[in-house]
Order: sequence, then structure tokens, then C-alpha cells
Amino acid sequence: MRTNRSIRSIRSIRSIRSLRTPGGLSLRLDVRAVAVVALLLLAALTASVVLIGTGDFPIPAADVLKTLLGDGNAGQEFIVNELRLPRVLVGLLVGASLGLGGALFQAISRNPLGSPDVLGLGQGATAGALVMIVLFSGSATQVTLGALAGGLATGFAIYLLAWKRGVHGYRLVLVGIGVSAIVTAVNGYLLTVSDIIDAARAVVWMTGSLDGRDWEQVWPLLGLCAVLVPLVLANARGLRMMEMGDDVSYALGVRVERVRLLLMIAAVLLTATATAAAGPVSFVALTAPQLARRLTRSPGPNLLPSLCMGAALLVTADWVSQRTFGAGQLPVGVVTGVLGGVYLLWLLVTERKAGRI
Amino acid sequence: MLVDSPPEQRAETAPAPPTRRAIRAFGLLVSVVILVLVALASIAIGAKALSMGQVWHGLFQDSGTYGDVVVADRLSRTVLGLLAGAALGLSGAVLQALTRNPLADPGLLGINAGASAAVVTAITFFGVTSLSGYVWFAFAGAAAVGALVWFLGGSRGATPVRLALAGTAISAALYGYLQAVMIMDDAALARMRFWTVGSLASASNAAILQVLPFLAVGTVLALTLARPLNAMEMGDDTAKALGANLNRTRALAMLSATVLCGAATAACGPIVFVGLMVPHVVRSFTGPDLRWILPYATILSPVLLLGADVIGRVVARPAELQVGIITAIIGGPVFIYLVRRRRTAQL
Repeated sequence: MRTNRSIRSIRSIRSIRSLRTPGGLSLRLDVRAVAVVALLLLAALTASVVLIGTGDFPIPAADVLKTLLGDGNAGQEFIVNELRLPRVLVGLLVGASLGLGGALFQAISRNPLGSPDVLGLGQGATAGALVMIVLFSGSATQVTLGALAGGLATGFAIYLLAWKRGVHGYRLVLVGIGVSAIVTAVNGYLLTVSDIIDAARAVVWMTGSLDGRDWEQVWPLLGLCAVLVPLVLANARGLRMMEMGDDVSYALGVRVERVRLLLMIAAVLLTATATAAAGPVSFVALTAPQLARRLTRSPGPNLLPSLCMGAALLVTADWVSQRTFGAGQLPVGVVTGVLGGVYLLWLLVTERKAGRI
Repeated sequence: MLVDSPPEQRAETAPAPPTRRAIRAFGLLVSVVILVLVALASIAIGAKALSMGQVWHGLFQDSGTYGDVVVADRLSRTVLGLLAGAALGLSGAVLQALTRNPLADPGLLGINAGASAAVVTAITFFGVTSLSGYVWFAFAGAAAVGALVWFLGGSRGATPVRLALAGTAISAALYGYLQAVMIMDDAALARMRFWTVGSLASASNAAILQVLPFLAVGTVLALTLARPLNAMEMGDDTAKALGANLNRTRALAMLSATVLCGAATAACGPIVFVGLMVPHVVRSFTGPDLRWILPYATILSPVLLLGADVIGRVVARPAELQVGIITAIIGGPVFIYLVRRRRTAQL
């Protein structure tokens, strides 16, 4: 793994340019990564436009663009701006948060499978939501708040339980898996004590769905991303150093535990908010960073490419689920779940062929 | 796995001093007594409390009174608990030895989830309704996921972390599939939400008879593997030099673990952590010799499972908590304790 990464980094050197200014400032620029980010953004936006045009009342892409720019007719304006745009925006933001959160977790745990849904954050948020659905028959807002509280509490518990003179990646992963197993059992119990209508609602929520999301969900997500994304990117340097191991990065001047705590809080907040908004959409957080890394062929956490990849993935998956099953039939989580399973299998086959596992 | 034992036991070689062997044999006897007591408790305790006299009457002088009916009902539940518990504990011990991974557990490695997904597929899409029909699906699912996790986790180079992650990731994919089935089909949801937590409540004599042959074969197979697995604990080269047939042992161990876990899951749904906890507890007083670990695990695992089942009946009277939930709530902290106790270098 390690050697393989360094080989890849040597390969990618060719695409790295540095920008120098007369004042002595310089900026390292990975041309390939920039191109990937641009392409992924384009893909996400294209998928969004297509998704807005998809539904019981199809709208051609040109009309969608016209309406978004403010000169569509009244009917289209209502459908686009009030019904479909918020849903797509929630999809984009949730995907971006999950992609970034996943990249952070994978970098902190230093394991490509150490994503927040595997570590029990999704399960924790689900537990919070189920408590609201099953025990209190709560409204949508209460369910969202419950999920947020559940996700944050789980993240906090995992960090505390994994703490032992610092948090080591492996311990974090294993403690997360243990917590995840406990919470899964609690969720199963909550499902068995609910009546069948609540149970059906709970299962849809547990799969992850974008149905019926409106502007109310957009604003908190957007606000949080606006704060957290710059914060995370500002600390990305330290994270990159930490891939070399705690001791080396400490020697290079990174305050390892502080950066890790800060980034983990950010990752937990991103994941919990995204989960509260759309349910625990599986595998976006796991696959987005890995796919992004394969595209950029660059070592390191690849935070920005992962973010764009997450957004593109989720919106595309939502489009696929609406096209293949019809609107409102199967939630987007089913599609990402299937895609995630296929991706795991593909990973298995290719990694094995390449002799890496 | 050797890292678990205190130094004086690690140094020990095959012929244990007679006194120690006697103590272990005596301990085995004590374990059997404990098992019998827990089994009796499992018959006596429940929504309707029975006295020991009534239990005795029901067991040996069945005359169809209300108490006797209750005893008969709880008896099949207890027997299923005994069998499933033994199967899970034994498969956990075999998996831990086979993968040389102290955190191996059929639930954590996703083998339970594989069996569940296969059973749900059989029930929903193939219309299989009898246990004898879907037990084969459970085996196939368990075996497929077992192999998949082994490869994805890195086969020979597998570390506990990679195996556990591979198992969890595959479980997540399979549970996603289960959820999709439950969303599409309300009838499936009505049945499956009870099955997927793992419960002994639906035990019947017919079900027990159907899984019994599989469990018997798996148990005998696992117990005969103690010696070669012991040799393999010392590393592949040493084991080969000692005359163990590595590939045959691996294949048979995987087969027995799959059969045991698949049959137990088919009968009572996925139950986590029993296979993880018991071998650890056992190892703390038997040392690393599998010839003792395996029999002890076979006897003490049902103690845990039945004990958890009894607790589940007591804490939520008159309703009950499914046994799978209790084992997860007890087992999760044990797992986290095991993880925390280890130095990171050993993981």
C-alpha cells in the first residue's frame, strides 16, 4: 500500500506545476487535480439540470436553464424553483458533505474503508431519527433534529472511547465498528416495537431519500458547509503531513492531536447534518473519496475532488433512481447501496489482479 | 492469538502437567453444571413464572396442564438456544484460530449478514417458506460472504482491522439490500423486522430437527480440527513442518464455521458478538490450546445466549427484548474493551 502510493505520487509529479509570483510567493498546482475538480463540478451541475427536468412533468434542459436564470413561464417557475430546485440543492449539499466527511474520516483513520457510515455515524443518526419516529411519532423537523443529535452523540462517543493517550486510526475504526454494532441492535429493537406504519416510514428514512425536501433543509446545510468547508481546507496541509505517521508529522510541526480533533469534529458535523437532511445514504462517503483519488491519481486526502465527487454521485444516483423506478418509488439510498456493493466487488477484483491484496 | 495469554501459559507445550489437566477437566464439568442451571432458568423464567416443581412436572410427567404447555414451549426455545449458542461460539473460536485474528466473529465478519440476505431472498423472491428450504440459502450466503470478506480483507495478509472493515462494509451493502426489499414489500417488512434482530422466540421442534443434522456435522468437524489449528497458530511454515495439511485444514475450518453459523442464523436470525466474547473469556483460563478452547466454547456459549435470552424476557415484561439485541448490548462494550486493551502494534 505504502510503496504503491509513493509510486503513484512519482507518476503524478509530471502534472504538478508551481506558480511563482514576483514577491517570492509560490503555489503548488496539481494540474490534473484542478482539471478533475472542474470536470466533476461540470458533471454535478449537468446532472442537476437534467434532474430538475425529470419527473411527472418533464422540462427540457434548455427551459430549465432559462427558468433558473429567471425567464421561464409561471408554471415552470413554480415547478423548478419551489419543488425541484431545493431537492436538487439538498442532494448536491448532502453529497458534498458526505464526500468531504468521508475523505476526512478515511484520512484520519488512514484506511480506505474507514468511512463514517462504516464507523457507525449513520447508524447513530438513524437511532436518533428512529426514536423520534417510533417513540414520539415526531414531525419531519423533530426527526431531523433527532438524527442530528444521534449522529453527534455517536461521533462524540466514538472519539472518547477511542481516546487513549491520543486517538490512533486503527483504534478509531474498531471502536467505531463496535459502537455501530450496538446501535444497529438498538435500531432493530426500535423497529420491532413500532407499529407497521411507523416501521415503513422508518425504513424509508433509514435508506436515505431526497423525496419532499424543500428550502427549509437547504439553508442549514448551506450555512454549515459555508463555515466548515473553508475551515477544513485550511487544515488540509496538516492532514497531508499526518499521512506519514504521527511522529513524523509532529516533528514537521503539525499539532497532530489538535488537527485531528478539529477535523474530526468537522467531519462528524458534516456527516451528521447531511444524514439528518437526507437519511443515511449509504456508500457515498465511502466511494466518493476513493473514486476521486483514482481520478486525480494524487496522494493525500484529495478533499476538494472528494467533495465534488460526492455531489456528482448523489445527484446522479437520484436521477438514476427516478428514471429506473419512477418518481417516489425507491429512494436514492437503494441506488447508492447497490452501486456501493458493485464498487466493493470491483475493488476486490482489481486490487486482487494488481496483487495489492 | 498467542498474544492473549499470560507468559507462563504461552511457554507451555502440549503435554500439560496432570494436575492442570485435571483442573481443566473439572472446570469443564462445572461449566456443564452451569449450563444445566441456566437451561432450567430459561424454562422457569418468563412472562409466566413457573416453580421448579412445575418445571419438573412439565419435563417428566407431562399431563397437558397449562404449566406443562408452557414448559413444552420454553423447552424447544431453550434447546434451540443451546444449539445456536454452541454453534455461534464454536464458529467464532474456529474463525479466530483460522484467521489468527482475535476480533473475528461471524457477525462482525458479515457472515451473518450474508446468511440473512440469502434467506430474505429465498423467502421473498423464491417463495421458500420452510426452514429446511432456506437453510441451504443461508449456507450459500454465509459461505459466499465468508470468502468475499477473506479476499477483500487481504487473504493471507489480512489484519484484524482490514477483515473487520471488509466485513462491516459488506454487511452494510447487504443490509441496504434487505432494506430495499422491505421498502418494496410491506409483508416482507412485517415478518423480517423481527427476524433480522435475532430471536429465539419462534423456536419450534420442527425447526430444531431441521437444523440439528447440520449443527451436529459442523460441531464434530470443528472439534476434530483442534490439533491442526493448534499447529497453524505457530505460523504456516512451522505448521507444515509439524505435519499439518494447511489447505485441507483451512478449507475444513471454513466449512465448519460456515455450516455452524449459517444453520444458527437460519434458525434464529443474525446474532452478533456471541462468537467473539466466549472464546476470549475461555482463553483467559484455558490458555491458547484449542483442544480445550473448543469444548469450553461449545459449553459456555449457550450459557451466554440463554442467559441473554432470560435477561431479555425479564427486563421488558410482559413483552421481551430479542436475544440478538441483548448480546449486542453486552458484547459491544466487551469488544471495545478488547480493542482498547491491545497495543496498536498488535492490531
